[in-house]
Amino acid sequence: MEHITLLLGIVIVTALVFDFTNGFHDTANAMATTISTGALRPKTAVAMSAVLNLVGAFLSVEVAKTISGGIIDEEGLRTEVIFAALVGAILWNLLTWLLGLPSSSSHALFGGLIGAAVMSAGWSSVNGSTVVTKVLIPAVAAPVVAGLAAMLATRLTYAIGDRADRKATAKGYRAGQIASAGLVSLAHGTNDAQKTMGIITLALVTGGVLSPGSNPPMWVILSAGTAIALGTYLGGWRIIRTLGKGLTDLAPPQGFAAQTSAATAILASSHIGFSLSTTQVCSGAVMGSGLGRRGGVVRWSTATRMLVAWCLTLPAAGLVGAGAEVLTKQGTWGTVVTGALLLAGSGTIWVLSRRKPVTVDNVNDLDGVGDIDAAEADGGVPAESPGVVTAAIAAVAPPPAGPLVEADAAGTAGVNTPVVELQATIPAPDTGSAAEPTRPAAV
Amino acid sequence: MKIDWAALGSVFGVSLVVTVGLVGLFTLGIVGLTKKESARGGSAVLAATGAYACFAACAAAVAYGIHLIVV
Repeated sequence: MEHITLLLGIVIVTALVFDFTNGFHDTANAMATTISTGALRPKTAVAMSAVLNLVGAFLSVEVAKTISGGIIDEEGLRTEVIFAALVGAILWNLLTWLLGLPSSSSHALFGGLIGAAVMSAGWSSVNGSTVVTKVLIPAVAAPVVAGLAAMLATRLTYAIGDRADRKATAKGYRAGQIASAGLVSLAHGTNDAQKTMGIITLALVTGGVLSPGSNPPMWVILSAGTAIALGTYLGGWRIIRTLGKGLTDLAPPQGFAAQTSAATAILASSHIGFSLSTTQVCSGAVMGSGLGRRGGVVRWSTATRMLVAWCLTLPAAGLVGAGAEVLTKQGTWGTVVTGALLLAGSGTIWVLSRRKPVTVDNVNDLDGVGDIDAAEADGGVPAESPGVVTAAIAAVAPPPAGPLVEADAAGTAGVNTPVVELQATIPAPDTGSAAEPTRPAAV
Repeated sequence: MKIDWAALGSVFGVSLVVTVGLVGLFTLGIVGLTKKESARGGSAVLAATGAYACFAACAAAVAYGIHLIVV
């Protein structure tokens, strides 16, 4: 009995940690364009997104009854398997955050579940065709759908809006961007916080605390909503920078078109029932709006690395999940060791991230986007990750951003260079701390 | 393996039409408001009315979006 209690406690905490990483990983989806075009100040943007995520968590009427939506056979799923899957998903989320790559948190969770389930019950527990229809096809479709819509919308808005004074229209675009970013945040809170509630509820049911088919208790809803909101507020600045500045240079009309296309595609897909990944929709929308402006450029090297990361999400999280499942199978000590390895891996990634911190202060500096050497990326892989994945990750670290298109952006980046270098050598401040004294040189 | 091409197709079509429509409407609204400032008399009123009609349609779309999230 004590074993079950310990395990349950660990699973609940791990699920909340996953929820938290999900929050700060996905802040970029809603707020990257808003921050990079200056529609909202970074702190205001993440605060707004956090509040809407929290509200979204309480809006849900129907909490996810399944974790994986039929990808794996959840009949008789053991609590250890859920734990192992969460370990895989968290480590992948942290690693992609370190590299500043937007990748789907749900796909990481699916990957972890698949790996852990295969290790626990064999390949027959995975529904291969569901993997194709729910993960692979949406992964290809999402960026195309949102990208095409954003591209056409950008063309249209430039065609109509060019007749008007740019200064006069900026305020309007700002409002539109904030509204659509708010919708994305709200939808994210509803979908993803629900997922965590589903996991915790399922764990409580398998642990015999709740009767099958019961709704999540209030404390589960509250803690899941709080965890995702806290994560969102902390802000995954690295990913925000890649999505807002690294892929393309966004002007307010482009940001508005991208965010509107993302919000529409997310809502349309969840309403019609062909679920698309929020992250992939948003990345596609940003690329599309980059292509839609005359003279706009998409940095295909960064886009390619992002695509590689998407392809790796499922297998990489799966391998870690499988490894974790092998350990948890050994009994209580194995579970504790897995927990310790998770802490060690997360700690290592966090320490590495401090070397070149991306904070609220330098989130809009184009310089050094994904400026991580292969060596550093190598060291950043947690102890449990296999070598193959390590090498592959090293290959996908985003390169320094390409040549700048706009003259004013180039000027800003040039002035910023010493600041970035300075921040790399000075002991880093906490991510949450307010404006730094080194900042004035940049503005 | 059953791939729901119909659902994928409708997601594609709806996203495309709604996004382009909304962005177009909103841009017209913005342009209308700036016209209002430069124009005089009847045409200013017309521009303002058109602009607010565009914004109202966009607000309705946002409200429908929230409705989709909640329900």
